[in-house]
Amino acid sequence: MKKTHIIGLVVIAVALMIIISTAGDASTYVSFNEAHEMAEKGNNNKIHVVGKLKKDHNGNVINVETSPDNRSFRFALIDEHNNEQMVYHPNPMPTDFLRSEQVVVVGAYNDDRFVADKILLKCPSKYQEEGVNL
Amino acid sequence: MHYFIGDLGHLFVITSFVSAILATYAFFQAQKEGSNWKQYSKLIFYVHAVSIIGVCVTLFLIIHNHYFEYHYAYNYTSKILPYYYQISSFWNGQEGSFLLWMFWNVILGLVIIHTNKKWKAPVMTVFAFTQIFLTSMILGVVVFNVKIGSSPFILLRDAVQDPIFNMNPDFVPQDGRGLNPLLQNYWMVIHPPTLFLGFASTVVPFAYCMGGLMKKDYKEWIRPALPWAQFSAAILGIGILMGAYWAYETLNFGGYWNWDPVENAIYVPWLVLVAAIHTMIAFRKSPTALKTSIILVTATYILIIYSTFLTRSGILGNTSVHSFTDLGLSGQLLIYLLVFIGITTFLIARSWKKMPSESSEISAYSREFWIFMGAVTLSLMAFQVILPTSIPVYNSFMGLFGIDSNVAPPVDQVAFYTDFQLYFAIVLAILSGTGQFFWWNKMDKTKLKESLTLPVIISLIVSAAIFVLARIQDPAYLALLTASVYSVVANGKILLQFSKSNIKLSGGSIAHIGVAMMLIGILFSSGYSKILSKNNTGLLWNKEFPDEVNQNNLLLFLNEPRQMGEYSLHYKGIRKKTTDHGFVDINSVAATGHPLKLVVTADEVSSSGKQLNPGDTVDIINAENSYFEVLYEKESGKSFTLYPRLQINETMGMTVFSPDINRTVTADLYSHVRTFPDPEQEIEWSEEESVKVVPGTQFFINDYVAVLKDIQAVNNLEGVQLAEGDIAVKAIIEIEGETKTYTAEPYYIIKDRMAGKIPATVYDLASKITIQEILPAENSFVLGISRTQKDWIILEAVEKPFINILWLGTFLFSIGFGIAIYRRYTEFKQMRNKGME
Repeated sequence: MKKTHIIGLVVIAVALMIIISTAGDASTYVSFNEAHEMAEKGNNNKIHVVGKLKKDHNGNVINVETSPDNRSFRFALIDEHNNEQMVYHPNPMPTDFLRSEQVVVVGAYNDDRFVADKILLKCPSKYQEEGVNL
Repeated sequence: MHYFIGDLGHLFVITSFVSAILATYAFFQAQKEGSNWKQYSKLIFYVHAVSIIGVCVTLFLIIHNHYFEYHYAYNYTSKILPYYYQISSFWNGQEGSFLLWMFWNVILGLVIIHTNKKWKAPVMTVFAFTQIFLTSMILGVVVFNVKIGSSPFILLRDAVQDPIFNMNPDFVPQDGRGLNPLLQNYWMVIHPPTLFLGFASTVVPFAYCMGGLMKKDYKEWIRPALPWAQFSAAILGIGILMGAYWAYETLNFGGYWNWDPVENAIYVPWLVLVAAIHTMIAFRKSPTALKTSIILVTATYILIIYSTFLTRSGILGNTSVHSFTDLGLSGQLLIYLLVFIGITTFLIARSWKKMPSESSEISAYSREFWIFMGAVTLSLMAFQVILPTSIPVYNSFMGLFGIDSNVAPPVDQVAFYTDFQLYFAIVLAILSGTGQFFWWNKMDKTKLKESLTLPVIISLIVSAAIFVLARIQDPAYLALLTASVYSVVANGKILLQFSKSNIKLSGGSIAHIGVAMMLIGILFSSGYSKILSKNNTGLLWNKEFPDEVNQNNLLLFLNEPRQMGEYSLHYKGIRKKTTDHGFVDINSVAATGHPLKLVVTADEVSSSGKQLNPGDTVDIINAENSYFEVLYEKESGKSFTLYPRLQINETMGMTVFSPDINRTVTADLYSHVRTFPDPEQEIEWSEEESVKVVPGTQFFINDYVAVLKDIQAVNNLEGVQLAEGDIAVKAIIEIEGETKTYTAEPYYIIKDRMAGKIPATVYDLASKITIQEILPAENSFVLGISRTQKDWIILEAVEKPFINILWLGTFLFSIGFGIAIYRRYTEFKQMRNKGME
C-alpha cells in the first residue's frame, strides 16, 4: 500500500470520528412534554426548548418574577406545542429579555422544575421595532 | 430635516453598484490579448472607489452631525458620544460593517492596480465581481416587490413605526439611542477594521487563483498571491486575537474564547488559509501541492462568504448568544454564496485534467510530505469546528425537503471543541517543529537523528521541569506542553542558523515559535485558571443559586475586609471615573444639567490625589459607567486596587458588568462583580432608635463613633419657603467611618407652628439620622437613627497564569508573518520587474 493511501485512510477515519462525536454530543430541540418524559426516564441530558414568553391581551409580558435580590429570575415560557412551563434561571435577567421575539432555553428538568443554564434570545428585526424615544 | 445628504449617499450607493458591474465587464475585456479596455477599466474602478469612499464619508457625516432623522444615526449614536465611539458606531449596524468590508476591498483594489502589470486585469475582474455582490447588500432598492439590500440612509420614519410620524412627518428626535455599552471600548474602535481588512484581503489570493484558472496559467499565480495570502492570514489572526482580547477585557464570561458560532465562523477560514499558505510554499516541487493550493485558497474565500451568511442571515438565531437581526438579506447572501461555489467549481473542474499530476510516490523524508501533513491537520481542525457550527444550516436544509430536523449544537461548547482541538494542536506543534528541519536541510535517517536529538532532549528537560514546578497532571495537557516546548526549541534552533546567514528567511520559524507560545499561553491561562474567590464561609449567598455560583463568589460588604487566599479584599464603594482626576466617590458628586459633567458636593480626594472642594465640577468620560473600588492587600503589605465596571444603559435596559484585571508578569488577576443591590429598589430602613445627645459628646450611630459638633440656625433652605416666625436648624454630626469621616446634616423645621424633619443619610454607613426633638431645657437633642443593610457586591476573582505568553506569542507570530511577507513580496517584485509577471 502506498503512503498516500495510508494517510488518506487515517484522514477518513479522523473525519468519521469527528462526525460521529458531533452527532453523539449534539443536543436536540424538544418540547417541554418530551423534556419531562426524558427526565422521568432518568435521562438528564441538557436539551434546547424553543418558545415564546407569555403575554397578556395588550402584548405585555406577564409571569416574570425576579428574586428579591435580582440575582435570579423565573418566567413562564410557552413552547411550540403551546405548553406552558415556569423556567428558572440562576442569573440576572439578560439584556433585551422582555423585548425578545423568541427564547431558547438550554437546560433540564430538576425535580419538576425546569432549570435553564443558558438563555438565547432572538430579538425582533429592527424594522418591526416600534416607538421612538421622545 | 437634512434630505440632501441622504440622497447624496444613496446616489453614491447606486453609482458604486453600477460601476462595479461595469468594472467587472471592462476588466474582463481588458484581460484579453491586445485589448484596448485597459485604461477605461481602470477609470471605471476609480469611479467605483470614489463612490464607496463617498458612501462612507456621507454616512459618517450623518453620524457626526447627529442627524437623528436618519435611522442609522438614531439607532447607534447619541449626542454625548465621544468622536472615537462615533467611529465605532459607524460599523455597529450591518450596513456599516458591509461598508467597512467594501472600503477595504477598494483600497486593496487600488493597491493591486498599482503594483501589478500582467495580473492586473484578471485579478481585478474577480475583485469587481465580488464588489457587485457586496454593494448590492446596501442598495436598498425595491424591484418588482423584492427588496434588494438594506440602505444605511433610510429615514427613521421609514424604518420605525410610531404614531408621532402620522402627526408630524418631520419629527426629529432630540437624541439617539446611543451605542451599545459593550461596544464602548477602545478595542471596538480598532478590532472591526482589522478583522474586516483580514476578511477583505482573503479575496486577493482568491482573485489571483481564479485569474490563473481563467487565463489557464495554472502555476504562475502562486508567486504574486503568496505574500497576499500571508498578509491576509496575519491580519485575520491579529483581528481574531483582538476580538478575543476585547472579550477578555469587557465581557464577563471569564475568558477570551467561547467557541461561539460567530467566533468559529472566522476561525475556520483562517485555519484553511494558513493550510493554503503552506501548500503554496511547496507548489514548485509537487503537483499535488499545486492542486491542493487551488482548492484551499478557493475554500478560504468560499468559507468567508459562508461565515458571512451564517452570521448575517439570522440562521444562527437559536444557537448563538449574540443576537442577530435579520435584515432580510438571507436570500441575497445565499445567492452570493451559491454563485461563487458554482463559478469556482466550474473553473477548477475545467482545469483539473490539464494540470500536471504526481508521478512518483511522496517520500517521508521530503519537505513536501511534512508540509502536506500540516495542511491536512489544519483542514481537519477546520472541519471539526465547522461541522457542529453548521447544525442550524443542516436543520433548515432538511426543512426544505419537509423533514423536521431538531438537532441542536452541543450543550457544553467549550468542552466539546476543546477536546478535539487540543489533540490537533499537539500534532500541529510536533509537525511545525519537525517540518522545519526537512524544509531547510536535505534529510535522511541518520541526519534526521542528529538534528532532532538535541531539541528533543532540551524540550523533554524543560517540560519535565515545568511539570514538576507547575504540577501538571492531565496527560493531554502534558503532551501539549511537551509538543509546544519542542516546537519552540526546534524552531529556535533553525532561527539561530538564520541569524548567522540570512535573517530574511527566518519568518517561518519565528511565526512557528509564536504559535507554539500561544499554545503554551492558552494551556496555562485556560487549563489552569484558578478561582480565587472560593466561598469558605460556609454560608450560601442565595439558596436559589446553583452550587457553582455559591461556591465561587465572595460577598463583600462595604468597608468590611474579607480574606481571600493570600489577599485581604476591601470593597470601598462605587466610584465615577473623571477625565482628569481618576476616580471620585459617587456620594461626593451630583448630576448637573450636562450629562458629562458632575458637581462636587463634599470634600473629596480623588484617586489621583487631587483635592476637590464642594462646587467644583469634574468631567466624566461616560455617564453610564460606574466602578466598584476594591482594594487587594497582601500580608506582605503589597496592594493594588481594581475597579470592575458597571454600565447601566437605561434606553436599552442593559446592565453590564465588566472585569478589571491586575496584570503581573506571571499571572493576571481577573475580577468582576456578579451583582450588587439594585439602585432602583427602595431601601428598607429599620425602626428608628432614639438617642438623647448633648452637643460635643460622643454617641454611636450603627456602631460608629459620632459627635454632635454643632447646631446652626438656617435662614435659607432649598425647596422650603421660610416665613416670619418659622425656625429651621441643622445639626452637624461627624461620624467616624472605617476609612474616612462623614458629615451628616439633618434639619429640623418649625413652619406654621408644625414640626418638619429632613433626615440625613450616610449611605456608606447604612444610616439615616433624623432630629426628633429639641430639648432646650436639658441643652440636648433627641436623634432618631435607623439602619439598613450595608452596601455589598458579589465578586468573582480568577487567576489566569502565564496569559502573557499568549500575547507575547501573538506578537512573535505577527513579526514572523511580517518577515515572510517582505521576503515573498520582494520575490514577486523582482519577477514583475523582469517582465515575467
